[in-house]
Amino acid sequence: MDGDNRLIAKVDGHTGTDRGWPADETRIPDWIYTDQDVYEREIEKIFLGRHWNYVGLECEVPEPGNYIRSYVGPYPVVVTRNMDGELHVFENRCAHRGVEFCREYRGSANSFICPYHNWTYDLKGDLTAIPFRRGIKGKGGAPRDFDMAEFGLRRFHVATRGGVIFATACDDMESIEDYLGPEICAEFDATFDGTEFRLLGVHRNILPSNWKLYQENLKDPYHATLLHTYLTTFGLFVSSNESNIPTDKLGRHGGLLSRRSNGRPDVPEEDQASMQAFKKTMELNDPRVLAFFPEADSKWSGAVLTIFPTLTALRQTNILNTRLLVPRGPNEFMMLWTVFGRADDDEEMTRHRLRQNNIFGPAGFLGIEDNEALKFLQDGVRKAMPREGLAVLGEDNEPTETIITERAIRGMYRYYRDVMEF
Amino acid sequence: MATMLDSKSAVLRDARLGIEEFNYAYAETLDAMDVDGWVEYFTEDAFYHVIARDNAESGLPLGLIYCEGKAMMRDRAYALLNTEMFAPRYLHLSITNTRALAIDGDEIRASANYTLIETLVEETSRIQQVGKYRDVFVREGGRLLLKERICIYDSVMIDNCLVFPV
Repeated sequence: MDGDNRLIAKVDGHTGTDRGWPADETRIPDWIYTDQDVYEREIEKIFLGRHWNYVGLECEVPEPGNYIRSYVGPYPVVVTRNMDGELHVFENRCAHRGVEFCREYRGSANSFICPYHNWTYDLKGDLTAIPFRRGIKGKGGAPRDFDMAEFGLRRFHVATRGGVIFATACDDMESIEDYLGPEICAEFDATFDGTEFRLLGVHRNILPSNWKLYQENLKDPYHATLLHTYLTTFGLFVSSNESNIPTDKLGRHGGLLSRRSNGRPDVPEEDQASMQAFKKTMELNDPRVLAFFPEADSKWSGAVLTIFPTLTALRQTNILNTRLLVPRGPNEFMMLWTVFGRADDDEEMTRHRLRQNNIFGPAGFLGIEDNEALKFLQDGVRKAMPREGLAVLGEDNEPTETIITERAIRGMYRYYRDVMEF
Repeated sequence: MATMLDSKSAVLRDARLGIEEFNYAYAETLDAMDVDGWVEYFTEDAFYHVIARDNAESGLPLGLIYCEGKAMMRDRAYALLNTEMFAPRYLHLSITNTRALAIDGDEIRASANYTLIETLVEETSRIQQVGKYRDVFVREGGRLLLKERICIYDSVMIDNCLVFPV
């Protein structure tokens, strides 16, 4: 009988121990979002593996001595600019007993002193002083053969491109350019075009969801006009806008590129019907919020880049931001949104960017909805009977301007399976 | 001299009483999710800014919400009520420690503490925001209105998202 395959008794119950990846590539199993051992494997294979992890922007540490707290995967690190102007990324964990010593969001320092026993590190993370190293009156202290050079803070290799700072544990990592691949690197360079940026601020939020779902969300043009009716209501983006969805050849990085039409978008009648809240005549009371001053050497007015594993970089109209996803176990991640402008922005341009940033961030018109939807999604995969999710829309060999598609999500999981050896 | 000081503190006390009444009504309006009503607590040219304390203290201007003028607040109210998808919730905004700090011509500078507690379906109540208002009030047509409300929140790490203004 029709629908019999939906009766609970007839559904094959996948359990947490059944780790066969579905033969059909359009199926994504729940357990990659929920299981602790999968998460631990991601740390080994992905965050500490052969990948460049985004850790911050140079405009967050513009001067010698500046530092910020950041993360590589789930691991707390400190990003510093030393007195010679070099960038360093090292773990935020004292080599002695393990104290997470750097407690400020950002600051300026000559050295880091662990508050517990005053072990002191320079801005490269080298151990420079141990109090009472020789003990008192010849008694106690560190062993005679204690080698300070061996007990610096564990550090990551660092590379930058266009003011964006990356770190890796991999010793023979390729360049950022090669890591991104030509298609994505071109779009990355269009946003991070070598001009000097100015930090406008940081948003922080905890999202009760698996970190990969955020990357999927920004590889998913299908949801844009359906979940985000703000976009369609006020004409920022509609499905008929010229768009392109490039990926790198491995499928791990992607872009959602779109070009805003001049004036009100022209949406065919038949498409309006499937866009629940399309309101043709809606205008903002204050249209300054959506004003667009072209600033990038690119035909695209909107470019969302998902750089594997945990960076998203956004240029939307005049909003510039990065989002760092910090996994905190399989069911939760922290988001750090770094919002910036250009160093040569005048006061009015800065205010324009601040006004426009009402769209994004954890109280933004799009930010609220993405965060809510991903929380609901995690609730589904975490609490319900296990099942496989569907990513069936579009074709893998379709033209890249197709937007009602989940091609880029399937691409990421082909790469993920390969790296994770699933 | 003593009389002058007494009269000054009496004026500030009267101002505080007026602002307390204002803040109680303001909280009630937001608890009811009446964001159209919320807009009417502001002057036409008002500035409303919700900013993380760490950004504010680092001189970084980025706001979680940044409204220059009532028109932007109307747009936010419209978007919240007509375009936004979010989980159903109960809101509980408490405004305490109200202080009238200074009166300068028509303007009253004031401050208060605020706490927004949110309760979602099948979740325990939790603090969504805790922060401080830095306010400038004016009188228009015999009633107080906000010319500026800067909400500086200590709860820098936001639990998922902030849907309604504070």
